[in-house]
Amino acid sequence: MLEIKNLSAKVEDKQILKGINLSVKAGEIHAIMGPNGSGKSTLAQVIAGRDTFEVTGGSVTYLGKDLLELAPEERACEGIFLAFQYPVEIPGVSNLYFLRAAVNAARKYRGEEELDAMDFMTGAKGKMASLGMSDQMISRAVNVGFSGGEKKRNEIFQMAMLEPKLAILDETDSGLDIDALKTVADGVNALRSPDRAVIVVTHYQRLLDYIIPDFVHVLADGRVVKSGDKSLALELEDKGYSWIEQLAQPELAVRS
Amino acid sequence: MSTPTTDLDVLTSQDYKYGFVTDIETETVPPGLNEDIVRWISAKKKEPEFMLDWRLKAYRHWLTMAEPKWPNVHYPPIDYQAASYFSAPKSKTDGPKSLDDVDPELLATYEKLGIPLSERAALAGVAVDAVFDSVSVATTFKGELEKLGIIFCSFSEAVLNHPELIEKYLGTVVPYTDNFFATLNSAVFSDGSFCYIPKGVRSPMELSTYFRINAANTGQFERTLIIADEGSHVSYLEGCTAPMRDENQLHAAVVELVALDNAQIKYSTVQNWYPGDKEGKGGIYNFVTKRGACRGVNSKISWTQVETGSAITWKYPSCILIGDNSVGEFYSVAVTNNRQQADTGTKMIHIGKNTRSTIISKGISAGRSSNTYRGLVKIQKGAQGARNFSQCDSMLMGDECGAHTFPYLEVKNPTAQVEHEATTSKIGEDQLFYCNQRGIPTEDAISMIVNGFCKEVFKELPMEFAVEAQKLLGVSLEGSVG
Repeated sequence: MLEIKNLSAKVEDKQILKGINLSVKAGEIHAIMGPNGSGKSTLAQVIAGRDTFEVTGGSVTYLGKDLLELAPEERACEGIFLAFQYPVEIPGVSNLYFLRAAVNAARKYRGEEELDAMDFMTGAKGKMASLGMSDQMISRAVNVGFSGGEKKRNEIFQMAMLEPKLAILDETDSGLDIDALKTVADGVNALRSPDRAVIVVTHYQRLLDYIIPDFVHVLADGRVVKSGDKSLALELEDKGYSWIEQLAQPELAVRS
Repeated sequence: MSTPTTDLDVLTSQDYKYGFVTDIETETVPPGLNEDIVRWISAKKKEPEFMLDWRLKAYRHWLTMAEPKWPNVHYPPIDYQAASYFSAPKSKTDGPKSLDDVDPELLATYEKLGIPLSERAALAGVAVDAVFDSVSVATTFKGELEKLGIIFCSFSEAVLNHPELIEKYLGTVVPYTDNFFATLNSAVFSDGSFCYIPKGVRSPMELSTYFRINAANTGQFERTLIIADEGSHVSYLEGCTAPMRDENQLHAAVVELVALDNAQIKYSTVQNWYPGDKEGKGGIYNFVTKRGACRGVNSKISWTQVETGSAITWKYPSCILIGDNSVGEFYSVAVTNNRQQADTGTKMIHIGKNTRSTIISKGISAGRSSNTYRGLVKIQKGAQGARNFSQCDSMLMGDECGAHTFPYLEVKNPTAQVEHEATTSKIGEDQLFYCNQRGIPTEDAISMIVNGFCKEVFKELPMEFAVEAQKLLGVSLEGSVG
């Protein structure tokens, strides 16, 4: 589904990604871990098309398309969803209105008829219930006055409504209590299917107790320095990141 | 992939679609300003003696005044002797005329502006007074309104047909000594709209004036006077456009509103004068004095303005809350793009007991523009229990524009409650990327974000104009964020 080859990217003059290789197949869940500043969030945002980052080399192929050629909104309409680490506030625009615009943008892109408010609401009701979204929360302005947990839950609700093929969760677990963490995990697990893939970017192992990854990759200094199964996450939890950072030294790096 | 700075670059603005010129024969006085011109205008309009006296007093007072320098706007000195103070389409018949007598060229002009004047084609439920350069050329639905006793006509007709009302109210809210531009207007104003709603009448339709500047090298000085008698109710809307010209043109208008006991006036403006080109060449200097007096108990005056045009906007629609329990409201969206400058806001003067005022101001700046909110809330000694709430929000697009807020507060009664909130936000990369990532294209995202920001003001506009205003906002800001 997603094939990343030797991807490098920089912001201003700072090189952040230094040759990422990653292959994600439909049905898989990949966890990307790593110390702060290792490039985890940058990778997530580069896949989503954020132009703060300049891609300086490599390629990204998504469902057979050259992803780097697509604008962010095209990537979204092609089924890529990014749950933001810091969801953005949009005052005066109701959550419902925003989400309907998003759903309809994708429908329009696919050449489908746009949904009116009634049809949209009917579809939204069930998903609101399963994620514990109240009517009040859905009619409030996008993320305005939401607590940290509410913002993250709202991201997962948007994901549920947009039904992406590839969902990327950028530190969605940070700042969440255990109940909110479970809600987020339930949302992701509900989305799990043989034709979808999920990339979970996280600093901690904790979320992976609830979202069981098929693969775990460790990033350090802009490279994937180690890949493994879910036991790698536990090992990291145990040993911390310092031994991994040594692997990032170019002369010591283990290239997989 | 582009860098963030180019992403917020100002691209080309959409063309100003009202920038055409109507080719019509006009009667224009030679440039220059002196007592003879004032006398000429008054004579041209066959005004009664009291009007000429009033104009001359204003003119003589104006000579003693200096142009104000305190607004946060910058422009080269205006040569008041270089402009012409009267320009009107030549008409075959003098005096007030029916729609059938209006030059077809003029009707076509308004048609092109989206304001059809023939009553069959006219906007349902909206009566329009069309002002072209210095004169009113047509007023629709006059007959229908007359049946209810509502007087809605050009200012010139009102001077001739209802001199007692003019003499009683003219200059009582904005005196001829008020300020440099209002005083100039008092001396040379050529036309405008007049409206009187009799006791207990609720106007069945929106009344509106559409101002059009056409002639080059002229100033437009119109005057609007609205009187809402006891228990009456009126909603009034003004719109304005002008051709694209390289020279700046002065528009110095005065609007006076009077609300008596239990009367309500809702005054909405969608101002779209030519803003000048991207480099700031040309455009209208919009220096306007608008003020309403809530003279009666329980009266209410509400100003709603959407300001997107003009090279420079300088205006403070204000309320003088004299009657006990009277209410003043000011809802404003001011958009500046490219090189536009705006210094706008309001004054709420609380005099009566339990008077209340609300100020909601939304400033949006893009390009290299400058957008200033300036507002005064004054609670007089006798204004027991007065309350004010002010909220001033600014939104910046890009890094080269400026937003400023100058709230002034004078409270002389200890029982008053005054609240002020202000925010500045940036339509940033973050919001746009968030929308993009959800599949929403950039242009739709900007329109969504900006309309969300202005929501509290738009909901105050009459329905059909709220839609117009939203579109207009989109056009004004098109291309302001890449």
